[in-house]
Amino acid sequence: MAWQFNSERPIYTQLLEKILFLIISGRYPAGSKLPSVRDLASEASVNPNTMQRAMAELERSGLIYSQRTAGRFVTDDGVLIQKMKESIAREKILVFFQEMEQLGYSPSQSVSLVHKIQDSKEVSL
Amino acid sequence: MNITLEYSHVTKTFGSKYALHDVNLTIEPGHIIGLLGPNGSGKTTLLKLACGLLVPTSGTVSVCQGPIGPHSKARISYLPDKDYLSDWMNVSRVIDLFHDFYEDFDRNKAYEMLNRLDIYPKQKLRTLSKGTKEKVQLILVMSRNADLYLLDEPIGGVDPAARDYILQTILTNYNEQGSILISTHLIADVEQVLDQVIFLKNGVVTLQSSVDEIREQHQKSVDELFREVFQC
Repeated sequence: MAWQFNSERPIYTQLLEKILFLIISGRYPAGSKLPSVRDLASEASVNPNTMQRAMAELERSGLIYSQRTAGRFVTDDGVLIQKMKESIAREKILVFFQEMEQLGYSPSQSVSLVHKIQDSKEVSL
Repeated sequence: MNITLEYSHVTKTFGSKYALHDVNLTIEPGHIIGLLGPNGSGKTTLLKLACGLLVPTSGTVSVCQGPIGPHSKARISYLPDKDYLSDWMNVSRVIDLFHDFYEDFDRNKAYEMLNRLDIYPKQKLRTLSKGTKEKVQLILVMSRNADLYLLDEPIGGVDPAARDYILQTILTNYNEQGSILISTHLIADVEQVLDQVIFLKNGVVTLQSSVDEIREQHQKSVDELFREVFQC
């Protein structure tokens, strides 16, 4: 199944985020070998050059590295992956707070609302 | 650097009408390029010049740094916008024909694709639907191992499910030294498969850019930009 892309942003940045997500979520665990650019491009239904660019950017971030003949691997550095994970979680929460503020909830009100919903969910489960 | 296809000051007139006006384009190996423009903007003329089906009024076209001729034709795999195959032939006979004609034709690849798209090789072309006929033509073209594929409206009459398969086929089958030039109106469908686009307007190239450059500069997709630039 082709990956979905929105139309406002470059495709390579969206690819980069998606692969980052696959690494953080453990589909490509630390130290594991990544599929080839061609295979990934085919899976995503994107141009191989675009996929290549996304991989090059990820390499620059240190999250993946390439070995000349063997291909590309996810970093062994579990701490780095954890850090990326936390920074993405943080971003998502900030976006959440922003949207809640537009609805008229302060961050602390949002947090208590989260607790309230979580509690009621546990009761209903 | 290797250049797959080059247009240098190419002008083509039909009577007093300019179909192309002073076109300068360079296409390097390893790219999938969208040739985009409204009806009558010169897309088909541009492709036909590279195939030697038309001769420029002035300027030169070169393929793999050589002139247009038997040598360039051997390296180009061209999908015209019309169906040109003889109706009375069946699919496997057409495959034989292509196999005889082109040294770089891969018969196994063709049968594999026919099978994937549930096209029965013994069927006569006359009995095929418009969309199926288009699929057969595209299979023939993509089964060659060419340096340059010129596809004129390859997915227009094909249903969305087959469209996905065809785009996959284009992605996986072209060789990395090769380039593909696709003319199409279905920009949204092909956009993520392209890495570059060329906009043609009234026979003039108004833009040659990468898809992601357009998205970065305009914060919109190529499809949206096209609708804006060519608004009626």
